[in-house]
Amino acid sequence: MIKVDHLTKRYGDKTAVDDISFEVQEGEILGMLGPNGAGKTTTMRILTCFTPATSGSATVAGCDVFADSLRVRRQIGYLPESVPLYLDMRVNEYLLFRAQLKRVPRKEIYPRIEQCLEKCGIVEVKNQIIGTLSKGYRQRVGLADTLIHDPKILILDEPTIGLDPNQIRQVRQLIKELGQRHTILLSTHILPEVEMICGRVIIINRGKIVANDTPSNLVARLRGGATVSLEAKGPSEVIERALREIPGVIRVTGGNKGQVNQFLVESDKGKDAREDIFKTFARNDWILLEMKRDVMTLEEIFHQITTQEAEEAYREEVSQRPAGGVKERLSGILGRLKR
Amino acid sequence: MNNVPTVFKREMISYFYSPIAYIVIAVFLVFSGYFFARILALTQQATLTYSLANTQFILSILAPVITMKLLSEEVRSGTIEMLMTAPVTDFEVVFGKFLAALFLYLVMLAPTLLYVVFLNWVGKPDIGPIISSYIGLALMGSMFVSVGLLMSALTKNQVVAGVTGIVTLVILFFAGYAVSGTEGWYVAALQYIGTYDHWESFTKGLVDTRDVVYYISITALCIFIAVRIVESRKWR
Repeated sequence: MIKVDHLTKRYGDKTAVDDISFEVQEGEILGMLGPNGAGKTTTMRILTCFTPATSGSATVAGCDVFADSLRVRRQIGYLPESVPLYLDMRVNEYLLFRAQLKRVPRKEIYPRIEQCLEKCGIVEVKNQIIGTLSKGYRQRVGLADTLIHDPKILILDEPTIGLDPNQIRQVRQLIKELGQRHTILLSTHILPEVEMICGRVIIINRGKIVANDTPSNLVARLRGGATVSLEAKGPSEVIERALREIPGVIRVTGGNKGQVNQFLVESDKGKDAREDIFKTFARNDWILLEMKRDVMTLEEIFHQITTQEAEEAYREEVSQRPAGGVKERLSGILGRLKR
Repeated sequence: MNNVPTVFKREMISYFYSPIAYIVIAVFLVFSGYFFARILALTQQATLTYSLANTQFILSILAPVITMKLLSEEVRSGTIEMLMTAPVTDFEVVFGKFLAALFLYLVMLAPTLLYVVFLNWVGKPDIGPIISSYIGLALMGSMFVSVGLLMSALTKNQVVAGVTGIVTLVILFFAGYAVSGTEGWYVAALQYIGTYDHWESFTKGLVDTRDVVYYISITALCIFIAVRIVESRKWR
């Protein structure tokens, strides 16, 4: 549905989006994840024909965003990050205006408005002036607007930003439901959101795609060795020795903690030590109170990827610099401190 | 062109929900009413020629007030992003807004038709110059509104848009007015560029093609440039 091909956008000498390529399949919910200023909004603005790309191409539903912009815009519903609305209009007036602008057939306009009001939970404020609404309601008015012409593709820029926890949950639920009928591209810097909603994730950092996978694959790929934490009763030194002997186990840490023993068992990448641990305990008749595999969260992965990138970039910078001056070294140290 | 009425309607809602329309109309009616009453009392003639001639200066100030928010506010508040990512062309947006401002301008003039009714009651006015005056007012209004719209496209600050619009129109007003009666190579040029002389012939009952062409061509030019400016975000 969306195809982005070597897309680059520069503002002056600042590169906001740097040669990115990705695809969104029909019916997919793709999450764009990245720190602030990574190029998410710029990418979305290019896809919605608001700003042109410096180079590269993008097609939405088979139409080029630059050459066939009107047709592209008919297929998408876009919710900008700041949700700019006409604050002087009433909710239903605004939706009527948007529906007419988006060429919803005359007969369908009012049923569509009713439907969208209901879907987004804003029926009770439909006669209110938008300027008097809270951020959460405005967000939902914006969302209702993106749905008004029943577009194939939804592009949502940080749809849950600035909402309270209940509203966030509602909006996420809504997006999930919408995902059954629409193709969705959404951006966020909130990680659990991606895990909850998206079928696939793109991690963008400094205008470049650094990862593109399903949330679970990302976790699997980036997890070093699996870590298992244990809580057990029994002679701690003996247990520790036995655990070390299990094939694939690299390291065992922890020990006696008062009544119980707590261990952290790290094993080789891709190796699951839990079965062997259980058998060892069973054989020796020790009591196993708890066994849990620690999974690296997307949060940690994100942090790892983005900081790795920064470190590499820094190392590259250093290696290119002529060896020497005290000044350079000092600025290097300062740079590291800042991070 | 299909979206022009939609954009127009939205601007009308915005005008009449905000106090701006009422304020502008009230200010205009106070001044034009004052001129009408004073001039009628002084001349004792059943004519609109002098009182309408005086309105041009007020309109030079009020037209940019009507148009100042049209595009600048859209950019400042970011709603331009919502607007331009909907399937509309830049021309539809600019032209719809132009028509809305022109419509408000005409609504503002409408109550002055009561003066005509009043003149008919107290005397026998020559209806020809009155009709040509209103044609002139409409044409002049479209030019004033388009100049104001252009200024609104140039900045995202409403106040800047309003002030530059007023300054431009006032300079154009005085350009011809100041040199009338003097001689020199520049007189004809300034009188042609200035808005005053083009308007004057309308109040005398003349609908001169040269004046019509002047107003319409400046209107078209300003709308054209405003569309290009809105479009310019695509080349940056």
